[in-house]
Amino acid sequence: MNPADWIEEGVFWVFGTILVVSAFRVITVRHPVHAALFLVLCFFNTAVLWILAGAEFLGIILILIYVGAVLVLLLFVVMMLDVEVEKLREGFVRYAPLGAVVALILILELVYLFWAHTLGFHGLAAPIHVLARHDNTRALGTELYRRDLYPFELAGMILLVGLIAAILLTLRHRAGIQSQKPSEQVRVRARDRVRLVSPKPPRRGAST
Amino acid sequence: MNPWLLGLESWFLPHLVGILVVTVVVILSVAYLTYAERKVIGYMQSRLGPNRVGQWGLLQPFADVLKLLFKEIIIPERSSGLLFVVAPVLAIVPALATWAVIPFARGLILANVNAGLIYVLALTSIGVYGVILAGWASNSKYALLGAMRSAAQIISYEIAMGFALIGVVMAAQTLNLEHIVENQSGGILHWYFIPLLPLFMIYFVSGVAETNRAPFDVAEGESEIVAGFHVEYSGTAFAVFFLAEYANMILIAALAATLFLGGWGSPLAGLGIPLLSANGLVWLALKIGVLLFLFLWFRATFPRYRYDQIMRLGWKVFIPATLVWLVVESAFIIGQVGPWFHGGLS
Repeated sequence: MNPADWIEEGVFWVFGTILVVSAFRVITVRHPVHAALFLVLCFFNTAVLWILAGAEFLGIILILIYVGAVLVLLLFVVMMLDVEVEKLREGFVRYAPLGAVVALILILELVYLFWAHTLGFHGLAAPIHVLARHDNTRALGTELYRRDLYPFELAGMILLVGLIAAILLTLRHRAGIQSQKPSEQVRVRARDRVRLVSPKPPRRGAST
Repeated sequence: MNPWLLGLESWFLPHLVGILVVTVVVILSVAYLTYAERKVIGYMQSRLGPNRVGQWGLLQPFADVLKLLFKEIIIPERSSGLLFVVAPVLAIVPALATWAVIPFARGLILANVNAGLIYVLALTSIGVYGVILAGWASNSKYALLGAMRSAAQIISYEIAMGFALIGVVMAAQTLNLEHIVENQSGGILHWYFIPLLPLFMIYFVSGVAETNRAPFDVAEGESEIVAGFHVEYSGTAFAVFFLAEYANMILIAALAATLFLGGWGSPLAGLGIPLLSANGLVWLALKIGVLLFLFLWFRATFPRYRYDQIMRLGWKVFIPATLVWLVVESAFIIGQVGPWFHGGLS
């Protein structure tokens, strides 16, 4: 084995191990904030593995979107909520069978995948190592925007609809809120607020 | 020695030396940026600034660092132990790791990554974890409030920042930072800040907000929440947060210089003037210096924004403005305007 392969193997095993351990810790750790942080670690290691497989764009995007945005918002929510740790543990036994079913389905799918692979199904060949100079961002862009333009736009549209729906669901108009309207504040002119008066001196003898 | 180990060494050592040089230079720059900040703001407010340690106070940063190093690190009793210690590390690592893809001169770059620009975006988006964790792990009201403010602000302005960068990518048609700089070669008229002026301004102002600098420094608003997310930190741990903030400032300045101001390119390139027309590291340093001066100037002159005004500016002004300008830029590209978009659509 030459040194480059050796390093790659090492990186894979180190990050793969951390990935599995942190994924396990996500569901076993006590505090929800710690669980969220292990999920962050999980995503980070996944990104490293993807980059190792040559999908540099996907790996970096995973960090950018999930680690940089989605999980930050999740952490926000978890930190703000006053969660009772003990209460969270209560449902564990109740939901364990459901979890087992999901896990079983996932395992079956994976087994099927590898089985199909051994049968020589070429769509599932091991990732080929492309040259480091290969620009897979550009390749992905051309695929998405030339060949798959309509499905891609459709997916974007669905997300937009979901976004608007979420906003509408939480939108409340309450009366009596004293909020500032900056546009009105900016539009105010001196003559709207200030009135110049020339006070007359009171007449002699007038009652005040 | 094994032959393959030798190969490893020749591959490893230059990178290691490069990383070391960049890190040391960044840290030294941070030291003198704090000095420059105190001097510049001092003069702007008719004071002298530090002038006791060394000639003109030049050794002041080292005195400060030594003081911080010898102070005790106090870990609050009810804090979340490990996270409390990890938080400053999470703040500093992205601030240093991003330098890997910044091109300092032609060929002078630690890692010439094709997806360089999204690497930069990804790493700057991780920086927020240091802030959030510090606030939460401290188990203190002020720290949590500061962390929340700061995180909300960073996330909001990241969007505007990302949109501004899309403008650069559209103009350069590449994510590789070195290629972006090379596409701007040929003097000041070829730099992207001219066709992308609104995006440049939005990027830089968002950068000021991202680094929690005045006038966007409600995260550590001294008058309201003492010092925000790092209120419980002392000694070296505080120094690391401080280092991260200033390293991020330098980074934002370096990115703005690279993406909008032609990177290492001379503004007079192509005119044939000896020395002044030569491209090189000096020009990049000069541009970073000018932008950093703006950071200090802002801090000395602007009053602090109110929190709701910050959010309004980010969401309701900057994001729509970038969207509008991206449409305008598309028109430029289709019309193949000026020296910037001669290539047209590829």
